[in-house]
Order: sequence, then structure tokens, then C-alpha cells
Amino acid sequence: MVASKKKRFNDTIKAESKDLDFYYADGTQALKKVNLAVYENKITALIGPSGCGKSTFLRSFNRMHDLYPGNRYDGQIILYPDNTNILAKKVDPIEVRMRISMVFQKPNPFPKSIYENVAYGLRVRGERNKHTLDDKVEEALKGASLWEEVKDRLYDLAFNLSGGQQQRLCIARALATEPEIMLFDEPTSALDPIATVNIEELMSELKEKLSILIVTHNMQQAARISDYTAYMYLGELVEHDLTDQIFTNPSKKETEDYITGKFG
Amino acid sequence: MAQQGKAKSLKDLNEIRSLIKKHKKNDFLFAATGMFVIASLTITLIILFLDLIIDGYPKFNLDFFSNYPSRRAARAGILSAWIGSSLVLLVTFFVAVPLGIAAGVYLEEYAKKNWFADLIEINVSNLAGVPSIIYGLLALGLFVYTFDLGQSILTAGLTLALLMLPIVIVSTREAIRAIPIHIREAAFAVGATKWHVVLHHVIPYAYGGILTGVIIGMARAIGETAPIITIGALTFIAFLPPSPIMPEVPFINFEWLDSGFTVLPIQMFNWISRPQHAFHINAAATGAVIIILTAIMNGAAIKLRYNVRKKIKW
Repeated sequence: MVASKKKRFNDTIKAESKDLDFYYADGTQALKKVNLAVYENKITALIGPSGCGKSTFLRSFNRMHDLYPGNRYDGQIILYPDNTNILAKKVDPIEVRMRISMVFQKPNPFPKSIYENVAYGLRVRGERNKHTLDDKVEEALKGASLWEEVKDRLYDLAFNLSGGQQQRLCIARALATEPEIMLFDEPTSALDPIATVNIEELMSELKEKLSILIVTHNMQQAARISDYTAYMYLGELVEHDLTDQIFTNPSKKETEDYITGKFG
Repeated sequence: MAQQGKAKSLKDLNEIRSLIKKHKKNDFLFAATGMFVIASLTITLIILFLDLIIDGYPKFNLDFFSNYPSRRAARAGILSAWIGSSLVLLVTFFVAVPLGIAAGVYLEEYAKKNWFADLIEINVSNLAGVPSIIYGLLALGLFVYTFDLGQSILTAGLTLALLMLPIVIVSTREAIRAIPIHIREAAFAVGATKWHVVLHHVIPYAYGGILTGVIIGMARAIGETAPIITIGALTFIAFLPPSPIMPEVPFINFEWLDSGFTVLPIQMFNWISRPQHAFHINAAATGAVIIILTAIMNGAAIKLRYNVRKKIKW
């Protein structure tokens, strides 16, 4: 089959969910028929009030829900250009996580050295060559704008870094394995304003290399950094459009109410 | 100038202050009760220990550790007992630790969470509280008669390992549960398999807690008497098991596993049941040795836990 390069909004689709339903083990339905595309080399932001399903949606992209028994997906998430349905039973979640990496809400470095944190993804891929590891760790740390700050103390424990540095370390860790998509689950909600700006600038640089899907509580952040914005409410996708469009001229009344602060 | 808030009337303030005072009285009462309970327990233990030390004082010399038991109290020592204890604990350690950690990791990481897992959980917790004589009877039937292992160091080591297993399993599981979920997710998110997560994260981070459980289990095992008597440990033994280490290749041998033996608490029990006072002195000295060993082990557990906690934060 020819690898399809789908287009919409004049951008190439990297991945898209098709009629995605999600049920937690207790039976609650957290996502209802969500159809949403993530574009190549673009930042797609998910906004919406707490409990609207945006984190659930994000965590479907690397099958994080598979870690807990009883969770169930319906529908598909197709990853291009190879048209893999990453939710298919025959697709190993580990394979998905090797292609799509994730940065969490709270910086969560391993209680190991800075170097080991970044090298970990490579190690689980079987990389043993010290030189390759050294090079890739340096490259990833540079990519996460952390190299200058840590190059003299690569073997220090990671938790000695500040919160913002820890989060950039987690980005470096996710970056080292050269993922196709990077998921960010409210990556700056635990950080101070300066660290937040650093991370935002970093994301804008990163999208040159990969596609980004980010969940954020902070609407200004979505407006500042994203190319596309999707508004979710009660497990449904309400509106998905170019960020400029959503924030200046949303087509749905609910979106406008949420953005203008009348609701949520 | 900003407008000043309405000043509280003096009466209000006094009321608040007396309320706080009243509440603080409860703090004081609880702290005082706690202090009293702890002090009485500690003092009891210290008095007991000092009593043993004073009674056994004449025996604290090298001869006591390097002599076999003897019919003459003055010449009797604990050589065979402390070597027996060490060898039995060696077996216990190598059996209970790998099995206990593996079982704990399996139950936490791999086992499906269902009624069967709950059943196992309840059983393991119960096993930790089963009287040790029951283990002795089980060992007598299973190891001595069914497997025909004899009244040997191996049998004793396996018996104490049974006793220690639940402690290791429970502490392994607790240490694993203490690892935050977001660290686990971080490892899975970069593409680690379950085995990677266990090997690179779960066991290293749980290591401090596991080690504490191991040492506390060993400290319990060293003082156990009932199950060892049940399986038929000797009470008077004037020879040593074959040495586990040899000067020539292959350097280790396992003949000692099959040897008869005695252990410290049994030696003590034997001496205390004799009518002559001189033997009671020996018993007191042995008791002091056991308490010191236990204290050293528990101290090591605390120190190790502290060291690991210093290095691991989330």
C-alpha cells in the first residue's frame, strides 16, 4: 500500500483518532467518538475544563491506559505514514511508546544520574556503545536546552536540579529516542513563570523535528505556542481549528464561552 | 493609608488565647503519655540486658567464643553454637531472600489483581504471625521425614527460611508500593518492558525497604528456638561442621549442609535448664551475645535504610 499523505488545513496529518471512545475500568466513558488529527511539525493544543477527557485522550496516544487493567478503547488512532492503528490489539503498546514519547505534568526524573535519565530510553532499545550513548545524550540535552547547565555534572543525581531543569531533563529523555510525536500533559503546571517560558520556547524549537500534542489548562499558553487548538468538553470534541481562528473567531458558542471565561 | 481592619475586642482575643491553651493541653497530655510508655519499655529492655551482662560478665573473654560446650561450666564455650547459628543463617539467607523478593515482585508487578491475589495476600500476612513451633512441626514432617534431609544445618536453614519468607515478601511489597506511580509511568513511557521496569527501577528503588525486611527477618531467625528444637538440633556438640571454604579447588564444599549442629538460643536453653549456678552464668552471657547480635542487625537495617533514602527522592 502506498503511504498516504493526508492533508487538511494544508498541513500533513501525522496521526488521527477515528471515533475514539474510551472507558475506564469502572465503566465511566471518558471519550465519546473523538475525531481529531495531529499535524506534522505542528503543535496541537487540547484545552477544556477539568475532567473533559483531554488527558485521557492524550494518554491514549502512547497506550498509557494499558498499564491499568480494565480500561477499554473503541475506535482507532491511525499513525501515518504507515497507517498503523496504534490501538489495535496486535500492536504492542511498547512499540507505540517507542515511536511516541511523553512528558508528564510533574517532572518525574528517575532517581538516577542526569546522564542515566537521558540514556535510559536508548538503553531499553539495546544501545550499549558508550560513544553512541554519549553523543545521543549530549544531542538530546542540547535539544532540550539543558546541555550548558549540566554538562559539568552529568553524573549528579537528577533531583538536585531545579523544577524547570528537571522538566527539561524529562524532555531530553523523551527526545533522546527520536520520537515521531511528543505528548505533553500540562508540562508547565508545576513550574514558575520563567521556567514555563523556557519550556514554551523549547516546544516551538522541537516542532521543527517532530509533531507535538499538548494538554494545557492555561489558555494563554495554548494561544502562544500552538498552531491548532481543540476544545473538549465532557469527553467530546467541541471544536478543532487553527489556533488563531479558535481564539479570535470560534465557530461554536461553547468554545467562545470557555475562551472568554464565561464558563469553565 | 489603607483602612485598618476592625479591631477585635479584647474579650474576643482572650477567648481565642484560652481556647488555644486548652487545645495545647491535649498535645502535652498525649506527648507525656507517649513518653511514659516508650520510657517504660526501653527501661525494661535495658534492665534486662544489663542484668544479662552483669550475670554473664565473667564469661566475656575469647575463650568463651573459642571453646566447645563442656561438662565443666568454667571451660564451656559457645564455639559450636555461634558457628552453627552463622551457617544456619547463611542457608536461610540464600533461600529466603531470592524467593521472598521474587514472590514480592511477582505479586506486586505481575499477578492479576483478583480474588486469588487477595487470598494469597491474606495468607502471606497470616504466615508472618504463625507461631514458630508450627513451622518446626511442618519442617519435621516435610524436611526431616519426607525429604529425608535429617537433623541437619540444611533442614534448620530451610525451616528458618520458611519463617522469614513472609517478612521478606511483605516488606518487598511495601517497598514496591512506595514507588510513586509517576516514576513507573516515566519508565514505561520511554518504551520499557515490565521486566526492564522491575530490573532497572522497581528493585533498585525498593532495595532499602527490602534490605530492612531481610535484616529484620534475619534478626528474628537468629533468636528462634522452638522450630529448631522441634527438628531435633543437638544440645551438646563438641565438633564443628566441615568448613564451607577449602584451601584447594573448588574452594567451597557443601558437606556442612548435612552436618549436625546447635545454635545460640538452644545452647542458652540447655545451660539455663541445668541446676548448677555456674551454667546460668554461661546462659546469661549467651543471651547477651544474642541481644547484641540482634541490636547490631537492627542498627544496620536503620543505617542502610537511611543511606538509601538519602540517595532516592521523588
